[in-house]
Amino acid sequence: MTPSPEFARKLLYEMVRIRRFEEKSAELYSAGKIRGFLHLYIGEEAIATGVMQALRPEDAIFATYREHGHALTRGLSAGAIMAEMYGKLEGCSRGRGGSMHLFDAATKFYGGNAIVCGGLPLAVGYALAQKMQQRAGLAACFFGEGAVAEGEFHESLNLASLWNVPALFLCENNLYAMGTALERSEADTNLVEKAASYHVQGKSVDGMDVLAVLEAAQQATQFVRDGNGPYFLEFRTYRFRAHSMFDAELYRSKAEVERWKQRCPIAGFSARAICEGWLMPEMIDAIETEVAREIAQAVEFAEAGTWEPVETLTSDVYTARVQA
Amino acid sequence: MTIAVAASVITTTYREALRMALREALQRDPRVFLMGEDVGCYGGSYAVSKGLLEEFGEERIRDTPLSESGFVGAGIGAALNGMRPIVEVMTCNFSLLALDQILNNAATLRHMSGGQFSVPLVIRMATGAGRQLAAQHSHSFEGWYAHIPGIRVVTPATLEDARGMLWTALMDPDPVVMFENVLLYNLEGELAADAGAVDIDRAAVRRLGDDITLVTYGGCLYKTLQAAERLATQNVSAEVIDLRTLRPLDMTTVLGSLAKTHRMVIIDEGWKSGSLAAEIMARVMEQAFYELDAPIERVCSAEVPIPYARHLEQAAIPQVDTIFAAALRTVNHHV
Ligand SMILES: Cc1ncc(C[n+]2csc(CCOP(=O)(O)OP(=O)(O)O)c2C)c(N)n1
Ligand SMILES: [Mg+2]
Repeated sequence: MTPSPEFARKLLYEMVRIRRFEEKSAELYSAGKIRGFLHLYIGEEAIATGVMQALRPEDAIFATYREHGHALTRGLSAGAIMAEMYGKLEGCSRGRGGSMHLFDAATKFYGGNAIVCGGLPLAVGYALAQKMQQRAGLAACFFGEGAVAEGEFHESLNLASLWNVPALFLCENNLYAMGTALERSEADTNLVEKAASYHVQGKSVDGMDVLAVLEAAQQATQFVRDGNGPYFLEFRTYRFRAHSMFDAELYRSKAEVERWKQRCPIAGFSARAICEGWLMPEMIDAIETEVAREIAQAVEFAEAGTWEPVETLTSDVYTARVQA
Repeated sequence: MTIAVAASVITTTYREALRMALREALQRDPRVFLMGEDVGCYGGSYAVSKGLLEEFGEERIRDTPLSESGFVGAGIGAALNGMRPIVEVMTCNFSLLALDQILNNAATLRHMSGGQFSVPLVIRMATGAGRQLAAQHSHSFEGWYAHIPGIRVVTPATLEDARGMLWTALMDPDPVVMFENVLLYNLEGELAADAGAVDIDRAAVRRLGDDITLVTYGGCLYKTLQAAERLATQNVSAEVIDLRTLRPLDMTTVLGSLAKTHRMVIIDEGWKSGSLAAEIMARVMEQAFYELDAPIERVCSAEVPIPYARHLEQAAIPQVDTIFAAALRTVNHHV
């Protein structure tokens, strides 16, 4: 695939935006501004970026607790996400969700789900409703390879296939579920084959190459949009940072991390883009400047945000009822 | 001259009343569909949905594989996306496999998303003991579910409620879990031919009385009414309250009755420790302590897995005798 200069710029911009946003988040975590769990996506940016380019406004997205990148590149504002992580009322979930539970109705972003595999059945049901209402638009569901061991993964793929619904299963295989390597948790580590056992077609893709991701996502979305039922994509990737901010990383070697860092999706794509003449070197600096400005504004927005009054603590547990 | 015509009345069963409600909902609203294990070809494990597959087709009477978490979660996803699913879980015992979806998604999504998403879903499940099905098929978990903010818990005990609660639950913008006591399915009685939707907000006084308030719900309602009959032979006038909805609790009705009788027994098929009965008792302590002329008693299930042998099973759950005895003790208690 040969991207146009504008498109190459867009891809790089989106990936850099995620990277810098998360670096800032880590910094703010250390500063005590962000609390709770914070799971960084650094190293995996090519996946959300590439997939999102193949999705349309009418598609719905279901993600995990490692979803800042997905939310950003889907179009939630950096300010609303940052404010959410600050716990502010101006956050995309009014400060009730935090880093792991970003929601946005406008962009059909159905959340960060922090129960491993918890979003898969939702995506299947959402897709079923699309089909029953004869609506265009698919349900795209991101999850880590750890989810494959859950019973719900198998239930969901089976249901999606049995009912032939427009669901796209997007497995981000970063080789570890917290500290548990895939081969230490699965008797058979071939994930595409597992999907195939439910008659869900699938493909394994290099998740460090944004163009490969995009191409696979385009094919997969087309397949689903054409009414062929669900599709499964495995993206082979790696997280450069710890699982969360509380992880001593005892389970993997520094050398392994370094090896994977050589395959950084951002460095790799910028080098290639320059080499191929898609981008000029100075454009990279321009992207960095623009991203830095956006993130500074997001932090300002979050800092200036307000706290939800404790008086409304219990609002929206139930839908407010009109008094008869 | 006009002649008042009594609304016509039909003889029917709790099961048929539920089916009428399902049929009406499916006819009235194209967003409604029923899914669950064996709801279609088999006709429903308690025959509630018998015949509906032929009438409404496979799309709307959807048989699911044995995947409680998967299809309850799918119901939540469909509810998020414009449908009004009714998910049937065979019995509440199996709903534990879907508890994660019910609690972590259905009950929380609205609050956790800052009010952006709601889940208009109805989950129906059978509950209760009495058919010698042993420990894995006989428990009562409605009290547990009533612990969860974000869902509404209803327990239809009468034909009117079996007929009328479903539609109201479907129109509720939030998840509603409906518990159908297995001993009620064959309950026969009269129902107005034009019976329709009923409220799911208020408890109902099923029998008026002055001396003691018996608070119950679901399958225990009839045992409690029988105990009240027997109390009447002892010149004790018992008021019987059917809670109908376990969350949110209608304490206004409960406390209103207590203000008249000043004595109370709570009958609940859940285990006594941490039960719904305990919650009601606690609220009475908080809100109406000085109304009490005697300690409240509870008649609950014994703290054992419900056993198979008939005599043991019966000994484990509330009975007319035990309700009667508890009520008499309470009425005869003088400080
Ligand atoms: C049902 C459940 N079990 C355990 C956890 C704790 N936990 C959080 S993340 C995680 C690892 C998941 O790994 P994976 O699915 O590969 O996603 P990754 O974090 O690598 O993106 C675990 C075990 C959880 N959140 N939910
Ligand atoms: Mg992983």
